[in-house]
Amino acid sequence: MQGGQERATGEKMVLNFGPQHPATHGTLRIVLELDGESVLKATPHAGYLHTGFEKLGEHLDYNQYIVVTDRMNYLSPLSNNFGYVLAVEQLLGIEVTKRCQYIRILMAELSRLADHLLWLGTAALDLGAFSVFLYSFREREKLYSIFEKTTGARLTTSYTRVGGVFRDLYDGCEEDVRQFVTNFPKALKETHTLLTKNRIWMDRTKGVGAISADAAIDYGLTGPCLRATGIAHDIRKAEPYSSYDEVTFEVPVGTNGDAYDRYLVRMEEMIQCCGIVTQVLDNMPDGSVNLEDNKITMPDKSDAYGHIEGLIHHFKIVMDGHGVQPPMGEHYCATESPNGELGFYIVSDGSGTAYRIRIRPPSFLHFQALPHMLEGGMVSDTVAVLGSLNVIAGELDR
Amino acid sequence: MSEENQVEEQPKPLILEKLEANHADALLAQDESRGTVVVTVRKEQSYAILEYLKTDPELAYTFLVDVTAVDNSQMESELMQFDYARFMVVYQLYSYQGQCRARVKVPVHENDLNIPSVTTLWQGANWLERETYDMFGINFEGHPDLRRILMPDDFEGHPLRKDYPLRGRGERERFNFDKQNM
Repeated sequence: MQGGQERATGEKMVLNFGPQHPATHGTLRIVLELDGESVLKATPHAGYLHTGFEKLGEHLDYNQYIVVTDRMNYLSPLSNNFGYVLAVEQLLGIEVTKRCQYIRILMAELSRLADHLLWLGTAALDLGAFSVFLYSFREREKLYSIFEKTTGARLTTSYTRVGGVFRDLYDGCEEDVRQFVTNFPKALKETHTLLTKNRIWMDRTKGVGAISADAAIDYGLTGPCLRATGIAHDIRKAEPYSSYDEVTFEVPVGTNGDAYDRYLVRMEEMIQCCGIVTQVLDNMPDGSVNLEDNKITMPDKSDAYGHIEGLIHHFKIVMDGHGVQPPMGEHYCATESPNGELGFYIVSDGSGTAYRIRIRPPSFLHFQALPHMLEGGMVSDTVAVLGSLNVIAGELDR
Repeated sequence: MSEENQVEEQPKPLILEKLEANHADALLAQDESRGTVVVTVRKEQSYAILEYLKTDPELAYTFLVDVTAVDNSQMESELMQFDYARFMVVYQLYSYQGQCRARVKVPVHENDLNIPSVTTLWQGANWLERETYDMFGINFEGHPDLRRILMPDDFEGHPLRKDYPLRGRGERERFNFDKQNM
């Protein structure tokens, strides 16, 4: 970074980074104005993956839309499922069963682990640390096996339902998860030994892409990127939703707000996730996973096939204009997704379809702040900074 | 029912008290829903109110969470309430100090789509306002770079308006690859 300005010769070069650059992890683009190797100006462009999710929300009913939420942050679809149904349930004014809340937290924390692991692997890969990628994907694979057994899918999980979840945990899930969280800290230690005190890793990330706490708030950064600047804000603590007030965990913070601190914050968050998962498993309540309200959740299949009431309830839930219908009104519900504040602002006109769904994506604001972190730095830092922000294009463009 | 009663017994939130004392003429409606204060304000004073909410040391809504809009053209009750203003620009705010949320809504008429930009208050407003412009055609006055952000630059129309059809207006069929490659 040092001496970038002195070497300036006044000759500018424009470098187009993306939209198909392997380090962009999706289709996003940055136009860099360079003088030699120092970045004079960076202009991020979004929109290459715009899919019209918000428009779709005005045409799908509340349960159908869960499928769309999978595709937003495709690294942690379970967190999106969770955030969305929570918004709908708060709009409806209902609270799901305790067991369901615990299952949702379990899955959300596991998906946070999976998200951070993928981030770790790819961010390190971008900077040339190939073995870290293999180690983190090995662990992530175990998580995806658990997701697959629980939800029936690895990526497009669509696990939650308004008023419950798609199905209860499978037999042996607890053992699988316990085994994972017991072995995981050891596995993470391997990565620590590879990166944390590694000379190259530190040179490439320390002091790179730094942002102050005030600027981070000004730009609307949330999640690990905000906490790396030293602000201990976590929505799970500040506004505990679901049953997050019943688990204890620490909120790791950084000091400099640079790429290295973002790395350390995420690494520590993974350890905290394991703690939450263990507590959730220890205190997992028994009982039903779905709300016993036939106006909101599907009846049992045996009921739908065996009793006329069950059949009617089943029919009414899936019929257009008879299913879940929140009262007229609006609600904004924010959850702590792996990347930061994921908010759903839903306006209901009392029908079975939302009048307006707005998704507040963390990546959109993180990507916006990129020039602030890049300008004045070196072109090679672009990859390090972009990697440390974990911008997900599906969530960025929606 | 008991929860609703409890909410009514609570004292008025500080933000409402202060707004009534200092900006009473700008308030069109106020409400509190699930712990979030919702105020609807006149467009002329929207900038002043947002600046006040951000800079007042007791309120300190320093974090602009989101800017978006709602096209109320098919929502009769909302239209009636706010003098048939078609759009409602919605600001979500958060105060790290008070750990509370607030929502500021500003009605915007279709024949005058201008609204003051808040990019001078929050850097983060830049892209959020661009997206609102792109999707609804709201014109943020004083915005440094009001371009489309998600849709292509030559796109016509504003997709999240209620009169824009879900499957588009034939853009996909008419898309000319040869022309685009020039």
